[in-house]
Amino acid sequence: MKEISKEDNKAMEQQKKEISKAYGKYAKQFTPKPNYVGNGIKAFMVGGAICTMALWVQNQLMAQGINEKDAGTFVTIGLVALAQFLTGLGIFDSIAKFAGAGVIVPITGFANSMVAPAIEYKKEGPVLGVGAKLFSVAGPVLVCGISSAVLVGIIYWLMGR
Amino acid sequence: MKKKVGRQSILFSERPYLRGRGTVVGKKEGEGPLAGYFDVILDEDMYGEKSWEKAESKMLKESMMRAVQRAGLTKEDIDVMLSGDLLNQLMSSSFMARDLHIPFLGLYGACSTMTESLVMGSILIDGGFAQNVLAGASSHFCTAERQFRMPVEHGNQRPPSAQWTATAAGAVVVSSQEKKPQPAPAVRATAATIGKVIDAGIKDANQMGAAMAPAAVDTLLNHLEDTGRGIDYYDLIATGDLGFIGKDIMVDLLIDAGLPSDKVYERYDDCGTMLFTKEQDVHGGGSGCGCSASVFCGYLLDKLETGQLKKVLLMSTGAMLSTISPFQGESIPGIAHAIALEAE
Repeated sequence: MKEISKEDNKAMEQQKKEISKAYGKYAKQFTPKPNYVGNGIKAFMVGGAICTMALWVQNQLMAQGINEKDAGTFVTIGLVALAQFLTGLGIFDSIAKFAGAGVIVPITGFANSMVAPAIEYKKEGPVLGVGAKLFSVAGPVLVCGISSAVLVGIIYWLMGR
Repeated sequence: MKKKVGRQSILFSERPYLRGRGTVVGKKEGEGPLAGYFDVILDEDMYGEKSWEKAESKMLKESMMRAVQRAGLTKEDIDVMLSGDLLNQLMSSSFMARDLHIPFLGLYGACSTMTESLVMGSILIDGGFAQNVLAGASSHFCTAERQFRMPVEHGNQRPPSAQWTATAAGAVVVSSQEKKPQPAPAVRATAATIGKVIDAGIKDANQMGAAMAPAAVDTLLNHLEDTGRGIDYYDLIATGDLGFIGKDIMVDLLIDAGLPSDKVYERYDDCGTMLFTKEQDVHGGGSGCGCSASVFCGYLLDKLETGQLKKVLLMSTGAMLSTISPFQGESIPGIAHAIALEAE
């Protein structure tokens, strides 16, 4: 049998790409779009409500004589604990389905992304299950987030010299 | 005697009998429009087990045993068991087979497995290699979610095109002899078409229906050409799990290929759109091996056995992606097999 030449291979890849593009466009007309505006409004309302509540709690704590930094930390701990608790009860995913980015973007989303795998992989044991998979959702975000923070930090340092 | 016809089809000379069937479905599937057709509906999808995988295995085992029982056989009468699921290394099927001590062949055809096992079973019977074959498939929402997507409790929004993996298992006994006494009419496999893997270049794992539709169209057109049958030969042509979007694409492509549009609308349906209603929050419709397995073994076979349908073409569809292929930039190849079942 003749070997497939590089040119033939290239032509085949090109043809595949064209089919993929044409079919993707064709399939798109059958696919309903997510309701971006409606989802955006829901996310804004719920996310805003969470932040307003958190600020109110922080103000209350500060009125009790706790300094601003500590009060902020308390509020953060409270939000994380609440999101974890609701995940454990199996309610958080229903809230997130409704509110979307409104609960996923704040620290509540981070808490959920840690607890969900912890519950899920409990059956595979504490070390090779939970231990190995705990960061399976949050891990990629952390790695990329911290990496870009370091990069921005270097640029900032260079600019300050 | 030559059984192969055309490029990729088979006409069965012995016309194997489908003589027993069993279905087990989850809670959500049991709230759907076909609830009355299933043997077992679970109250909770853990099925009293410690893990989702164990639950799926148990569902498959239960449906297998019910199929054997309804066929009027014992498991010693079964020569070969064919089964598959969506999990790595066919965990649900292999672990189910561990308990049954029946010679076992595991099959992987993604969500097309039910038809694949039926086709292979019918071939074994037709060739005289077995007297009784047990063919089945299963899927479970939670095992599939955790393997292919996210932990179940993870909060996110699914796009409208995303499909819902059915928690369901179905099994059939394919046999060289009819059940005695045979309730009229008997259901027999008459023809099959083995599908080709077709890739139209869809890369979005939330677009399974669109990814699989071209394969289903290819298999159906080839089946009709190979066997010389027209679309109106069948009372119903049912694809496995194209869902609402994939079904629309399939209809459009079939009409585009020159099939009469009134017949296509009248005779074509999809198991993924039959198992759930749109109100059940399943977005694009049902999917998974269990989708076509339960709709076929529960609903379609019932209609055939009671004579309400005479000729059915079952075409389970599969998306042959792996857990790593989307990350390597690969598109999603689709496959569809077809088997013709007739009540006589």
